[in-house]
Amino acid sequence: MMARQDQVLPTVLPDERLEKLFTDFKPAYDEFEAVEEANRCINCYEAPCIRSCPTAINIPQFIRRIASGNVRGAARTILESNILGLSCAQACPVEVLCVGACVYNNLNKKPIAIGKLQRYAVEQAYDRDWQYFQPGRATGKKVALIGSGPASLACAHELRLKGHETVVFEREAVPGGLNTSGIAPYKMKAEVSMREVDRIARMGVRFEYSQELGRNLSLEKLLGEYDAVFLGMGLGEDSQLEMPGGTSPGVHGAVDFISRIKLARAGSLSEIKNSRCVLVVGGGNTALDACRELKGLGIPQVIVSYRRDEGSMSGYSHEYKAALQEGVEFWFHTVPTQIEKVDGRLRIKLQTTSQTSDGKLKNLDGFRTLEADLVLAATGQAKLERLFSEIKGLTFDKGKLKANTDTGQTSHPKIFAAGDLVNGGKEVVNAVAEGKRAAGGIHTLLSKGA
Amino acid sequence: MADLTTHFAGVTSPNPFWLASAPPTNTGGQVMRAFEAGWGGAVWKTLGKPITNVSSRFGALDYAGKKVAGFTNIELITDRPISVNLREMEEVKKRFPKHALIASLMVETREEWKELIKQVEDVGSDAIELNFGCPHGMCERGMGSAVGQEPKVLEKITGWAKEFSRIPVIVKLTPNITDVTVPAAAAKRGGADAVSLINTIKSIVGVDLDKFVPYPTVGTRSSNGGYCGPAVKPIALNMVGAIARNPNTQGLPISGIGGIADWRDAAEFILMGSGSVQVCTAVMHYGYRIIDDMIQGLSDYMDSKGFKAVSDMVGKAVPNFTDWGQLDLNYHHVAEIHPEHCISCNLCVVACDDGGHQCIALAEKAGFANKHAPVVNEPECVGCNLCQLVCPSPGAITMRQDERPKHQHSHF
Repeated sequence: MMARQDQVLPTVLPDERLEKLFTDFKPAYDEFEAVEEANRCINCYEAPCIRSCPTAINIPQFIRRIASGNVRGAARTILESNILGLSCAQACPVEVLCVGACVYNNLNKKPIAIGKLQRYAVEQAYDRDWQYFQPGRATGKKVALIGSGPASLACAHELRLKGHETVVFEREAVPGGLNTSGIAPYKMKAEVSMREVDRIARMGVRFEYSQELGRNLSLEKLLGEYDAVFLGMGLGEDSQLEMPGGTSPGVHGAVDFISRIKLARAGSLSEIKNSRCVLVVGGGNTALDACRELKGLGIPQVIVSYRRDEGSMSGYSHEYKAALQEGVEFWFHTVPTQIEKVDGRLRIKLQTTSQTSDGKLKNLDGFRTLEADLVLAATGQAKLERLFSEIKGLTFDKGKLKANTDTGQTSHPKIFAAGDLVNGGKEVVNAVAEGKRAAGGIHTLLSKGA
Repeated sequence: MADLTTHFAGVTSPNPFWLASAPPTNTGGQVMRAFEAGWGGAVWKTLGKPITNVSSRFGALDYAGKKVAGFTNIELITDRPISVNLREMEEVKKRFPKHALIASLMVETREEWKELIKQVEDVGSDAIELNFGCPHGMCERGMGSAVGQEPKVLEKITGWAKEFSRIPVIVKLTPNITDVTVPAAAAKRGGADAVSLINTIKSIVGVDLDKFVPYPTVGTRSSNGGYCGPAVKPIALNMVGAIARNPNTQGLPISGIGGIADWRDAAEFILMGSGSVQVCTAVMHYGYRIIDDMIQGLSDYMDSKGFKAVSDMVGKAVPNFTDWGQLDLNYHHVAEIHPEHCISCNLCVVACDDGGHQCIALAEKAGFANKHAPVVNEPECVGCNLCQLVCPSPGAITMRQDERPKHQHSHF
């Protein structure tokens, strides 16, 4: 990222990040390509692409603006709906959102590359430093936001537009949450997230680092000092593999491991360099991201084991197909039951499962063993329910914090929440949409008092 | 296979496709290459008193990413000496005796016309075309469209040409006039054997938003150009048809010009009354090679319709081209949307709402929450066709003939 005079971010990403080895799976458009693609768009009315975007970006409008040479206006359209429009352009599973809804699919024509057009417009805006927003007149109200991921960023930006003071408390030393540390590097690099955080910081959002709820940050204290508190800290640590040897050295949580690749966190390089075979456990999008990243880093054999069948995977089918093409092996109806350290490698015992007609799993007698160098557990992340035991009145549903869909308000009137913490783990774009809506809820609350 | 041999106002050519007087017919080398590629005739770049041309001299209108939907130029007549042109014309005619070689001329005085006509006749030209159409530069000196806009002058000069010429005289008309049948009739009165149209339309193709200068830019200035290319075809078709059906000009052979780029365009011009067609912009864009599709396409079309010769199809659409007052007010049709082909772009809805007659609704607003295709309110549909025109999905909207609802009659 280019350093600027008015840079307000304290963080510089390390240079030796492994993610830099990746090229963009969907390369950026230049002006000619963008205009050509924009001209293919037929400008649907009540367009299905808008309806399928959680942040309801007026896609035909911004595409028409690109086509007419009004790129500045195109980026305005995008950012007014979605302040993280740059990362969403790269991180969104557009195949199942806007691009999947493009009417060209119904004509058997190649759908409009909406993500790439969006990336082009916002990149232009950032490269040329076009400004669209300024903070509203100060209201004297203060909001604390916990976690600096997409939900908090979207919420904080929106609150600044209304003139409320905002302070974001981040557990790590790097802002951006999973948007910085968790997006597959062939989709987006961490500096894209940092670029967005920087723009939001320039709106006057203050960032406090190494602040963690339950460690050095007290929710009760914040409630005393701030007019409202927004909770946007996402999910907890990777779930561990509950089996003998499940915590052996060489066994990692997938989200944690991806963040090592993204941000050059300790140990990742040497472990990957020496790996000939890696087992990824799970069938969701984290498993699919992890296996593709490992393959991209040159590991000869990457195996995904999933306890159910192909059709039951919660990961996107377009990601699964890409993983297959890249040479990832998939072992379905297979679940690891034991991990042993043998001669410096991991010997994994895997059991065969079958699915009964009512969807239940049962273990069969078949077993196979695998010698691998690393095991990544992509079997989910912990819910953060335990963190809030000190606050009375917050309610949870299966570990997910309950909050009003329209306002983000929890059962505690001064506490609002959005993002993975509330939705259980969705896309960046969902977190942005919910964070923005929560800002509306907070603003309503703060306006009442005025 | 249909015989494309064309007999037009005393000029015979292997096919009805001629190159219009323009840059593609600037030199002998070009015209010979064009004839080798298959073109049936060429109207030579206009001869006259030597001039100097400017740079740049062309501009284009791109539309929605498509290059050169329209084209403009501020080039004048030939900038090469008449003697050089004549020598090359003679050589072309010797090497291609069966092809039509037409000399386009533009001079001022009676004596100049007399001399130039003799010169082009002597080198073997099959006909002359009087350039009364050029709307830029030359018209400021009283030539080109300045003549085409003055029926009396046009008639007089046509008379001179007929007086001096032993070969057919074609008068090229300008569209920069209110009623093109007036100069066409003047040409007929002057004795013209045929007319050709349209020449280019006076135009400004665009403006440089940074320099505040129109295109094409000559240094820091510009001037109006002559507009042509695919975008002008509808204007040309109307003018050709107007002359073909006007009692004062009926029967006067017409060489159709204006945005012709393929056999389909050519067929339309022929059906509207053109005995031959002339092409320029499409060749400037893609080269002489486009003649291949024109010949094949027209020939196949003629076979499919049972036309044995080009003359069989000339003017076939003219009797169906009438005044508005002759149209059947009782004819009615309504839009029908076929959900199996509808892709839900809803362009028909917004077009009908904002630019039509507010009779197509989104399915959910029409009370069909689970349907994807918009719904036509048939009693309100006036059959204007707009929805069908904007629909991107083939077969999704058709028009069905129907009784006109009683309440719609009250509109008249």
